[in-house]
Amino acid sequence: MANAKELKQVLSGPIVNNNPIALQVLGVCSALAVTSKLETALVMTIALTAVTACSNLFISMLRNHIPSSVRIIVQMTIIASLVIVVDQVLQAYAYDVAKQLSVFVGLIITNCIVMGRAEAYAMKTPPMMSFMDGIGNGLGYGAILMSVGFVRELFGNGSLFGVEILSKVSDGGWYQPNGLLLLPPSAFFLIGTLIWIIRTVKPEQVEAKG
Amino acid sequence: MASNKDSFGRTLFVVVGLCFICSVFVSTAAVLLRPIQIENKLLDKQKYILEAAGLTQADEAPMSKAEVLATYDKFVVAKLVDLKTGEWVEGNADLFDADKASRDVANSFKPQNDIASVKRVANTAVVYVVNDEQGKPRTIILPIKGYGLWSTMYAFLAIKPDMNTIESLVYYAFTGSGETPGLGGEVQNPQWMAKWHGKKLYDAQGNLVISVTKNPVVAASEHGVDALSGATLTGNGVQNSLEFWLGDEGFGHFIEKFRRNGGLS
Repeated sequence: MANAKELKQVLSGPIVNNNPIALQVLGVCSALAVTSKLETALVMTIALTAVTACSNLFISMLRNHIPSSVRIIVQMTIIASLVIVVDQVLQAYAYDVAKQLSVFVGLIITNCIVMGRAEAYAMKTPPMMSFMDGIGNGLGYGAILMSVGFVRELFGNGSLFGVEILSKVSDGGWYQPNGLLLLPPSAFFLIGTLIWIIRTVKPEQVEAKG
Repeated sequence: MASNKDSFGRTLFVVVGLCFICSVFVSTAAVLLRPIQIENKLLDKQKYILEAAGLTQADEAPMSKAEVLATYDKFVVAKLVDLKTGEWVEGNADLFDADKASRDVANSFKPQNDIASVKRVANTAVVYVVNDEQGKPRTIILPIKGYGLWSTMYAFLAIKPDMNTIESLVYYAFTGSGETPGLGGEVQNPQWMAKWHGKKLYDAQGNLVISVTKNPVVAASEHGVDALSGATLTGNGVQNSLEFWLGDEGFGHFIEKFRRNGGLS
């Protein structure tokens, strides 16, 4: 069984040191789409974390039985089943948010983070560590989503979690919201800036020039 | 083990077994959660109907589930109407699904002048009659839909029993990911929605003249609503939806009949 230090590394590593979005640049599609509000970003984070953790767990449990010729499709089957269940649960218990997330919950199936962790980690690691790795990567994804969502909602809409922080001109206040931040391309700039900051602080993340 | 697990029989076994387990898992979840989901959808719709009727305020604390249901049951009656004749028809209006019905070729038609890109319209439609405390109709709510820029936009148009004065226009659902947030998505902005209140659909001659307009003079009049800046196509979609659903292929016959009879009879 893994020791505490290794466990901590697996859990916290993906948040900054080996962030799935910032270092591996995976899962950017949904990061652009669901970050215009913190609420949707949070629910998406929870959904993705649950799917990554559970798919890692199940794939790891089956890793000695999955035939290598069909391993990708087996992984996809497990991931897709989990995503459908998550989608159903959201529609039952968080209907308003599910309505806003619309297709993006379904698109977790194609999220490279889930697939990437299953193939790169869960296929060769015992279940508990794989589960933790899924949670760690979900948190890393969430950290970026929440930071981007924070900036986008605060400056694009003057609110955080739907609570007004800067009163908008259109509501009789003083703040003129930056409409660009509500459009998906702004997330590109923000994620780019985040990657820049992380790589300036941690130069070892910069890819070697070939 | 390693060579064994890649054998043909083993592969087939793992794949079939996994598919079976996953399908049981998914169907169980879907079946168990289905009642809650249907309830959510209905509740969501009823919430918007109450909002359109002016029975809830957007800035107030949201109503609890029980309050929504109680208020809805007390004041709102859903009825089915035949669009071609404008007559009431029998049927359970609360369970009527307009989109589903419009795909039923035998009971729907293809509009001649499909300005709102609705493709097909069911022969019958739901009308929500909102009564006052005395049980007299105070608002008639017509469900309308039409294509905006990216999506089909669903709304409730609430009008006073004179079939002319607008109580409200509430957009409640969009297909796909909806209109552009901050631009077309502003059709759901309470401030913009408030502009519809008290506007008149028809002029003295009975022509449909309501317009979403960029002309400040028209927008200030009782027949115009100021368009959303940066959302010309969504605004056109709103205009087209109104024109289509208030026209002869929409609720036109119903409205005419309602007026002629001077009420619901």
